[in-house]
Amino acid sequence: MAAPAYLPQGAQPADGLAPRLLDGNKAAAYGVLLCRPDLIAAYPITPQTPLLEQLYKFKADGRLTAETVEVEGENSALSAALGVTVAGGRAFTATSSMGLTFMYDAYLFASGTRVPVVMVIAMREQTAPTTVSCGQQDLMMVKEGGWVQLVCESCQEILDSILVAYRLAEDPQVQLPVNVCYEGYYLSHLSEPVTVPAQEAVDRFLLPVRDKRRPVLGTEHPMTFGTYVVGELYAEYRYKHCQAMERAGGMLDAIDGEFRAALGRPYGGAVEAYRAEDAEFLMVTMGSAAGTLKVVVDELRKEGIAAGLARVRMFRPLPARELLGLMRGKRAVGVVDRSVSFGWNRGHLFIDVKAVAQDLEPRIPVVSFIGGLAGTDLRRDLLAGAARTTWERGRGRAGAEVIWLGLE
Amino acid sequence: MAGTLTRKDFVSNQEVRWCPGCGDYAILAQVQKVLPEFGVAREKVVFISGIGCSSRFPYYMNTYGFHTIHGRAPAIATGLKVTRPDLEVWVVTGDGDGLSIGGNHLVHALRRNIGLKILLFNNRIYGLTKGQYSPTSEVGKVTKSTPMGSVDFPFNPIAVALGAHASFVCRAVDVEQKHLGEMLRRAHEHRGGAFIEIFQNCNIFNDGAFHELTDKPLKADYQLILEHGKPLIFGRNRDKGVRLNGHKPEIVTLANGASEKDLLVHDETDPALGFILANFAPPMPTPIGVFYVDSRPPFEAEMNRQLERAKEQRGVGDLRKLLYGGDTWTVS
Repeated sequence: MAAPAYLPQGAQPADGLAPRLLDGNKAAAYGVLLCRPDLIAAYPITPQTPLLEQLYKFKADGRLTAETVEVEGENSALSAALGVTVAGGRAFTATSSMGLTFMYDAYLFASGTRVPVVMVIAMREQTAPTTVSCGQQDLMMVKEGGWVQLVCESCQEILDSILVAYRLAEDPQVQLPVNVCYEGYYLSHLSEPVTVPAQEAVDRFLLPVRDKRRPVLGTEHPMTFGTYVVGELYAEYRYKHCQAMERAGGMLDAIDGEFRAALGRPYGGAVEAYRAEDAEFLMVTMGSAAGTLKVVVDELRKEGIAAGLARVRMFRPLPARELLGLMRGKRAVGVVDRSVSFGWNRGHLFIDVKAVAQDLEPRIPVVSFIGGLAGTDLRRDLLAGAARTTWERGRGRAGAEVIWLGLE
Repeated sequence: MAGTLTRKDFVSNQEVRWCPGCGDYAILAQVQKVLPEFGVAREKVVFISGIGCSSRFPYYMNTYGFHTIHGRAPAIATGLKVTRPDLEVWVVTGDGDGLSIGGNHLVHALRRNIGLKILLFNNRIYGLTKGQYSPTSEVGKVTKSTPMGSVDFPFNPIAVALGAHASFVCRAVDVEQKHLGEMLRRAHEHRGGAFIEIFQNCNIFNDGAFHELTDKPLKADYQLILEHGKPLIFGRNRDKGVRLNGHKPEIVTLANGASEKDLLVHDETDPALGFILANFAPPMPTPIGVFYVDSRPPFEAEMNRQLERAKEQRGVGDLRKLLYGGDTWTVS
């Protein structure tokens, strides 16, 4: 059997594929390659650039058939992706930080017009002060933008999430743009073993776009996108958008089943629970720091402290039901954020978790831990301190609701 | 105390962090050399940049500085210059910052003739993101984003500036220090917006992009130095000239029957000639120097003149009177 096109020359393909060492950007590029896009339009920005370079290399090697355009700015990148997507094609783009803010009008236009485009956010702090370091602040600037947002912990999850993103985005019940988000450097430039699935397996999971029933531009049924709307019709658009977001959230379990059937391994749900069931208290986070928190949970367990972790994988729509279920019966919750809300001096994920926790009876303390900004490490000692503080809060010790890790 | 300034006064205490051998060092050195000669006090000088290698420039100047948003330096500088026309505002940008993401702001700043001195470092590559093709990279350029060669037709920055009706358009080369200094001086003296394209070697990602203009054995045959009122002559023996055949330029050899009086004489006030020169392509030599100058008044002068005229005609005005006067009524 000949090696599938996505594998490097000489590599052994197919079932039981040996994992390859890929960094997050390359893993994303393999994911995109397997999804057979029609267009890749992007503008280089640190730390996303190597993702594009890998895609351009695929193209030069003849593995990727998509058209590639290095446009003159991020605004044009997403706009070009919108153009091909409303025409019925499959588009991909990727950005970070200031690039994301520079495409803000196209970003909101994409969700409001229900355009199923997929975009990576290689997460980075938001200027100013000027920096190219890791953070999750860029994602937080668009969390209310109406996109589905998946946040990854590992390079494997990045590749898998690209496949899931297109499956979700293009579902007739969803028809929404999807972000696949991973932290700059901690994941974009971190190499891990990644299993690259066979093209045939991916094709079983994600139909090539030509086989989908999608609204497309054509001469038989001319359509206009982005029409001017006022009043009640506008409200109806918003109502339906929210309903589609909810359907996207509810669909992840079914998609996980399809993923297992096609690829022989799970994708997982909206929240990953780690030793959470019998935990006395719960830590909550998103992204790469979850790996360190799992180690912290294990260490505390050895000491007889029943720690648990909930890792949010789908940030938008917020998996409120799952989070509530995991928090129920716990004595305290600590939320670790790599971002800050200037309006309330709390982490963004904390604000969501705190809102969900209002439904708990009795009320429990929820603590916001802000750390890891601008590429500083969320070290094991810092996270262990956060977990112990949360544990103590659950046992009645008073303290501030927000703690800046390493600063206070 | 402007008269006593020296180069040292314009050198900041920051460690310069460009790659060793970068053309930016040469440009920085020349800017720091000539600025004190202009007699402008440091506190009246501002350097504004966007994002890119060139945009580190303000850190190294001991003047006011603002490292801003990708592509937006001309817009931010516009705000400053129109409200503080007394300041000497320099914009430092590159072919990515100025012609990709910031192309819009650049052409409008030039069109409006805002009195900015815009230095566009053109290295024909994205250096800060480690070597993708830029909007000035030539067709066929192999880079990390164009492994099969670029199919994207590039901008000609001088033609863009002329097309935007910039009132001062010139080109310099990073290592041609004396000439670069002269171009900076001309830009400083020009009343209005000045656009200076500076060919700048990125020795890491696009080394030798302008080697024909900088290698000593070659440059005399490839460089055409523009001087107002003088015939276009070049070549290591000063034996080659440019003449017009209709609207088409052609090279003539002076020894072969052609004389200086047949040659095209540079007139930097002629926009049509500026365009012809801007579009010189091989085998024509590459012009450096001032392509075009226009004496129309700068935007900020016109804007402030309009404000003064309005005050003369209608008085200074009273905000409270404006808010409470005229077309208002009481709902009962």
